Amino acid sequence: MDVFNEMFEDGAVRAPYAGLEAWLRDMPAELRSLRQAEAEALFRRIGITFAVYGEGGDPDRLIPFDMFPRIFTQAEWRRLDRGIRQRARALNAFLADLYGRGEIVRAGRVPAALVYGNPAYEAAMAGFVPPRGVYSHIVGIDIVRTGPSEFLVLEDNCRTPSGVSYMLENREIMMRMFPELFRANRIEPVDGYPQLLRRTLASVAPAKCDREPVIVLLTPGRFNSAYYEHSFLADLMGVELVEGQDLFVEGEFVWMRTTEGPRRVDVIYRRIDDAFLDPLAFRPDSMLGVAGLMDVYRSGGVTLASAPGAGVADDKAVYVHVPEMVRFYLGEEPILANVPTWQCSRRDDLGHVLDHLDELVVKEVHGSGGYGMLVGPRAAKAEIAAFRDRLLANPAGYIAQPTLALSTVPSFVAEGVAPRHVDLRPYCLVGERVELVPGGLTRVALRAGSLVVNSSQGGGVKDSWVLAE
Amino acid sequence: MLLAVAHRTRYRYAAPVRGVVQSHRLTPAVCDGQEVLEWAIRVAGGTPGGSFRDGAGDLVRGWTVRGPLDEVVVEVAGRVATRDLAGVLRGHRERIPPAAYLRETPATRPDRALAGLAAAAAGGADALAMGHRLAEAVADRIVHRPGSTGPRTSAAEALAQGAGVCQDHAHVLIAAARHAGIPARYVAGYMLAAAGTAEAAHAWAELHVAGLGWVGFDAANRCCPDARYIRLGSGLDAHAAAPIRGIARGGGEETLEVAVAVAAAQQ
Repeated sequence: MDVFNEMFEDGAVRAPYAGLEAWLRDMPAELRSLRQAEAEALFRRIGITFAVYGEGGDPDRLIPFDMFPRIFTQAEWRRLDRGIRQRARALNAFLADLYGRGEIVRAGRVPAALVYGNPAYEAAMAGFVPPRGVYSHIVGIDIVRTGPSEFLVLEDNCRTPSGVSYMLENREIMMRMFPELFRANRIEPVDGYPQLLRRTLASVAPAKCDREPVIVLLTPGRFNSAYYEHSFLADLMGVELVEGQDLFVEGEFVWMRTTEGPRRVDVIYRRIDDAFLDPLAFRPDSMLGVAGLMDVYRSGGVTLASAPGAGVADDKAVYVHVPEMVRFYLGEEPILANVPTWQCSRRDDLGHVLDHLDELVVKEVHGSGGYGMLVGPRAAKAEIAAFRDRLLANPAGYIAQPTLALSTVPSFVAEGVAPRHVDLRPYCLVGERVELVPGGLTRVALRAGSLVVNSSQGGGVKDSWVLAE
Repeated sequence: MLLAVAHRTRYRYAAPVRGVVQSHRLTPAVCDGQEVLEWAIRVAGGTPGGSFRDGAGDLVRGWTVRGPLDEVVVEVAGRVATRDLAGVLRGHRERIPPAAYLRETPATRPDRALAGLAAAAAGGADALAMGHRLAEAVADRIVHRPGSTGPRTSAAEALAQGAGVCQDHAHVLIAAARHAGIPARYVAGYMLAAAGTAEAAHAWAELHVAGLGWVGFDAANRCCPDARYIRLGSGLDAHAAAPIRGIARGGGEETLEVAVAVAAAQQ
C-alpha cells in the first residue's frame, strides 16, 4: 500500500515541515528521551489523564504524547476549514429536518427506518426547534488523509465529542518546552477555543433568558473518563462545573444550588448521555441527571448543548448519507468526501464484505472508540471467523470500509524517529455563528503499522499546527 | 356525548420527602372526536412549569412541589363533548412519524408466542382488517382479571399467563402489531364504563393504517374507541404514555391512591 508521508515526499522535506529539520537534527537520542520524560512529567503535574474503558489497569493512565508536531499549510487548512464548516451546517440542517418535517425522508434520500428506528432518534425532540435551530453545538469531525490533497471524513461526532483538552494542552506543553519553535514558525493559535465555546453557548440561550446567560457544564462526576476535560473546560470558560445533584427544577426553570441560594441556569453544556439526562423522560433509574429537565427544555426555559437526539446524525449507517445532506440542504457539493462505505444491511454490500473480510475495516454502526471493530488485514483467522458470525447474526449493525492507507507523520518511538499513522479531529462550534479554531487533535497510532488511533487501542496524541500565511 | 371527569391521584410517602417533580400529560387531546368544555388540573401547593405540545401532539406540563411533604394530590376535573368516529383519530396534529412507532421497548418486546399471535392474524395487506383480527385474538387470549398483573408486567408475560388488565391487553396488541410491521402505540385516557365492568382510567392501542391514519383498538372491551372514550396522550408503551410521571427527592416508600369517575353529564 502506498502511504503518504506528510513530512517526506520523494526524499525531500515537504514545505510545511521545513522548519523542523534543524530542530530534529539538533536533538540527539539522549536529549530526546530526556525531553519526552519532561513532557510526561508536565502532563502528570497538570493532571491530564484519560481512563480507558474496559482495559482495567491504571485509571490515571496518560495518553502518550508525541512531541513531533503535525503540520498543515494555510492552503491545506483553508480547504479543511471550509469542508468542516459545511459538514457541521449540513448535519445540523439534517437534525432540524428530522425533528421537523422530515423532508429528506419524504424525498426518499434517507430511508425512514434508518432514522426513525434508530436508537439515537429521540421522539421527545420531535416538533421542537432549539434556540437558533442548532442541535449539535460541538461537532467533532474525524478526518484522515491519504495523499497530498486527499482528505476524507471517517466519522462525525455530534453528541459530546471529547479530546479538545488535549488539543489545548498539547499546544501549551509544546510552547513551554520548545519556545524556539514558536519563534521560528508562524503557528496559528488555538487557545481562543474556550472563549469561543463560551460565546457559542451564550448565543444559544433560550428566549426566556433576558440577561447575561448563566452557563454550566454538567458532568457525570469524577469517575467519568473525561472528567479532567470537564473541569478543565469549565475552568477556562469561567463557568460552574456541576453534577446532577447540584441542579434542580422548579417552576419554569432549572436552578443551581449555590452558597448564596438558588441561581437560575440558562445553558447547560452537558457531558452526560441522553439516557441519563432526566429520569422522568429517559432512564427512570438515572441518578446523574435532573428530574424534570426535559419539560423545562421543551418549554424554552433552558438550552441543552447538544440537544437530546443529536446522535442520530453521527450514526455510522447515517454517515453514508452526509454528502447527500450537503447537497439537499445547502445546495452545495461536499468539499470533504466520505470514505467509501459498504452497508451490511444491503444484501449486495454484505456479500462483498463477507468475501473481503481480510481486507476491510468493519465497524458497529452504533459503536465508538474503536471497540467492536475488525481490522481485516491485521486480524488473525480465528478473529475473522468469530467476527463473521457476529456480522451474519446482525448485518444491519455493521458497515465496512476499505483499509485506508492513512498518512503518516514522523514520530518519536523507541527506535528513534519513525513514520506513524495519524488522523485529525477538529472541533467545530455551531451557535449564532459557525466557528473553528485552526487546528484540532491529531491522534497517532504509536504501534508500528497500526491504523487504530483511538486512545483505548494504544493511540497517542500530537500537537497540530496550522501555519500562518 | 357529554362526559364529566373527576380524577384524583394521591401519592403518600412513608417519610417526608424534600420535594416532588412531576410531568403531566393530563389534558385531553385536540382532535375531531372530542372537544374540551372545561378542564382544570390542580396540584395542592405545587408550582406549574412551562407547558408545551410534544411531538405526539400531547399537551405536557411539568409541576414541582417543594417539601418537606408527606403527600401530593393531583386533581383533574372537567367536561368533554365527544362523538363516535369509529376509533379513527382525526384532526390530530402531531410530528412524530408512524415509522418511529415500530421500535420495541422492554414492555413490548416480542417473544415466540407474540410472534405466533401476529402470524395467526396476518393475511392480506389490509392493516385495518388485521388490527381487528389481532384485537379479537388478544381479547380471546387474555381474560380481564384485576390484580393478576402489575405496572411492570410485559406483553410476553401477560400473554403467557393469559390474564391481565387493559394495560396488558394494549401491550400485547402493540407488541404483536409491531412484530407484523404495523406501527402501534399505547394510548392513555378515560372511559365511561358500565357499572362494574372496567376502570374509568383506561388504556388502549392505536395502530397506524395507511390511508386512514391512527385507529384505536380496545381489546379489553372488544371494540374501537367511541363516544364513551376520552383520549389523553400516547407513547411507545404504558410508561411512555403515563398521564403522570413523577419522582420524589428523598423520603421513604410511596403509596398511590387513584380515584377516577367518568359520568355522562347533563346536556
